[in-house]
Amino acid sequence: MNSVSLTIDGKKIRARKGEKVLWAALDNGIYIPNLCAIHEASVPFAGCRLCFVEIEGRNGPVTACTETVEEGMTVNTQGPEAQRLARTALELLLASHPVDCAHCPANRACELQKSAAHLRVKLKPKRFRKIERELPIDSSSPVFTYDPNKCVLCGKCVWVCRERLGIGVLGFAQRGFKRVVTTFDNRPIAESNCEGCGDCAAVCPVGAMVLKDENSAKTSHVKRTAITARR
Amino acid sequence: MKIRGVPVTDSTFESIRSQALDRVQELYDGTKPVIMVGTATCGRAAGALEVLRAIRDELAKDHLDARVFEVGCIGHCYAEPFVIISKPGHPAMAYGYVTPEIAKRLVKDYVIGEDISLEFSLGALEENDLIPSIYDLPRFAYEKHIILENCGHIDPEDIDHYIAKGGYEALAKALKMQPQQILEEIKQSGLRGRGGAGYPTWQKWEICGNSRSRPKYVICNADEGDPGAFMDRAILESDPHSVIEGMVIAAYAVGARHGYIYVRAEYPLAVHRAKIALRQARRLGLLGRSILGSDFNFDIKLFQGSGAFVCGEETALIASLEGKQGLPQHRPPFPAVSGLNGKPTLIDNVKTLAYVPRIIKNGASSFSSTGTKESKGTAVFALAGKVVNTGLTEVPMGTTLRQIIFDVGGGIPNGKRFKAVQIGGPSGGCLPESALDLPIDFDSLREVGAMMGSGGMVVLDEDDCMVEVARYFLEFTQRESCGKCTMCRLGTKQMLEILDDITKGRGRMEDIDTLYEMAEDIKAGSLCGLGRTAPNPVLTTLRYFRDEYDAHIKERRCPALMCHDLIAYYILPEKCERSCDACVGTCTVEAISSNKKGIKVIDQEKCVKCNTCREACPPQYNAVIRLSPPELVLAAKGKK
Repeated sequence: MNSVSLTIDGKKIRARKGEKVLWAALDNGIYIPNLCAIHEASVPFAGCRLCFVEIEGRNGPVTACTETVEEGMTVNTQGPEAQRLARTALELLLASHPVDCAHCPANRACELQKSAAHLRVKLKPKRFRKIERELPIDSSSPVFTYDPNKCVLCGKCVWVCRERLGIGVLGFAQRGFKRVVTTFDNRPIAESNCEGCGDCAAVCPVGAMVLKDENSAKTSHVKRTAITARR
Repeated sequence: MKIRGVPVTDSTFESIRSQALDRVQELYDGTKPVIMVGTATCGRAAGALEVLRAIRDELAKDHLDARVFEVGCIGHCYAEPFVIISKPGHPAMAYGYVTPEIAKRLVKDYVIGEDISLEFSLGALEENDLIPSIYDLPRFAYEKHIILENCGHIDPEDIDHYIAKGGYEALAKALKMQPQQILEEIKQSGLRGRGGAGYPTWQKWEICGNSRSRPKYVICNADEGDPGAFMDRAILESDPHSVIEGMVIAAYAVGARHGYIYVRAEYPLAVHRAKIALRQARRLGLLGRSILGSDFNFDIKLFQGSGAFVCGEETALIASLEGKQGLPQHRPPFPAVSGLNGKPTLIDNVKTLAYVPRIIKNGASSFSSTGTKESKGTAVFALAGKVVNTGLTEVPMGTTLRQIIFDVGGGIPNGKRFKAVQIGGPSGGCLPESALDLPIDFDSLREVGAMMGSGGMVVLDEDDCMVEVARYFLEFTQRESCGKCTMCRLGTKQMLEILDDITKGRGRMEDIDTLYEMAEDIKAGSLCGLGRTAPNPVLTTLRYFRDEYDAHIKERRCPALMCHDLIAYYILPEKCERSCDACVGTCTVEAISSNKKGIKVIDQEKCVKCNTCREACPPQYNAVIRLSPPELVLAAKGKK
């Protein structure tokens, strides 16, 4: 048996053995908000904390991206506890994100917007203080613009650049609230080893990395849909 | 598990031991005085190396042949530098607060002369008819030393000292046992992980031992990072071989061939002494290939962490060891199944491993006879903050906080009142006076909202503001959060902003609700233990010191007179001695002047609240006071 059957939100589905709940759900048309999940990655990043679900028999909500499907498992993506955690995480992200959708190139193609609509969270939640980072925008690359203030630190660009392409221009630096995706020695992208493939912009779930012109990327290794959530 | 073929030959270890005994007994052969100076980090900070030099110089001057060597921390850090003099025909004497001058006098008067210098002595180190023993101090009625047994009594840089005290006997014994028997012994002892969470040690060992995958690793977690905690450092600096021996036994029990000691680079002395210990153990065949002549191979490397608090979390520690960024990963898989390089890895705290040789040597019941029902053995605490006897203590589990702070720690200095004790560092909580009689163990602490943590205990008195304490610890976690997960990175930031506002008098009552909501979600939704425990200092202060939060928010008043923005300095006119100018002279910003009557007045606009005037005002006047809220100054002026 290479597949298991489980129930998600009352819907009986089959999933590949060893698959994570998140992908089983997405493949079957059940949306679970997520920002950092990469199907091909060997280890789930589990950083965005949006994909909380409730699984019968488990103590408290769990992240769908880290849970392996099991025969007979019953998953509820709409449980109140899970939704509360996901909403808190999303509100936290939005509270530190410059929400100016009308002027954002990612408008209507933004995972934050999509998650907010799904979780019924306002884009400008009142519960938390607005705490932004006010970092300089890097438009030095001929291919894409990088606005670190909009970055949700999902790590997809870092994964593509490092793990998939083996270029390694992008990486994480700093700790805590100061954590940022940047280049070695924090140099502008144009002064790094960036090859201008633009794949980072292609996988960015928000408007932090945006292609200057859709055709400007030298090569396109990935299509956005291949790696981000299958919607 | 596989049964190992070649048994250890008793003669291998016997010859090592008899050589060590011979060497060490020669030290105390009764012909020459022996002088020991505690030169762990705590001693060095207090000037122990200068004391050591003074002793050596003085002895050289008089051409006196005495044996001088360095030992680790005996636990009485408050009395550092600490010197032990053992003179033939006399009981070994302990001297505290030794300065180079006192050290010279001790050499002249006691080592050369016959004056035992009682005025500098803390007591004798053995029972005798003449001099009161240090063990008559009330704290020894509560203490029970298992892993601190050797600390401060042996030269950590000389393996023979450890062996002469019975060291490595447990290893020789373990190598003759089956791994399963060792596991059983650890299980019977009830040993739980001393890193903080209190997970049963045998379970970890069993999972790792049953893993089929090879190679396996054993890691000693010495990435101690809690503010105010220094137990692991003291053990590595004072008795490193006990940790190494524990690691070798653990490796034998789970079938590992490689080990790492992951220690912070900020502990240079611990690194230095552990490296020496590893070298010496290897030289005697207690580490490396075919240990003690058996077919068991195991070696240990030392790895220095670069100072990230989160690397104390086991998955982050492993990532760091692999050369990656020290970021935690989702568990499961637990390291015992898939750890370093994806292989089964046993990670235990320094103290956990140090217990292992004692349990194997003396049997499980020697350990399990101490402690409470669910938490066996002893607990090591680092007492710091507003307590008289700062230092290390080891007490049976189930000892009450009152016994530790007041009987062992000697209470609060300067006649101040006890307010709270912060246990378990940034993951722990602040417990109030009403919790003082709580018998502490892993579970009781968790019930009251704190946690054992690795054993840091910071005592707070009436001058400490609990909101500020919560803010301090949250600022620490926020700064040390790896930033990988949203809850910890942004959630603690939001909480910190709120606490910041409260301590600055900008808090609102709704903020308290937000703090509770945030705390609950961060605890439930964070990726690793750092985030999941980060709200504890806030939650416990809210639980036990809610009145202080209310005072800050509703009255803009800091009851402990600590929060800078909520206090003002004021000179009581009726107490001010007009002819004295002490405050005027010391004020750093020239904010104090004399009025027509010669009474000193502070210009509140200029005052930077540096506290210098309050310190300068002679105690017989004590005219400078702090008022909170600051508006009280106007009221006080109006009254006048």
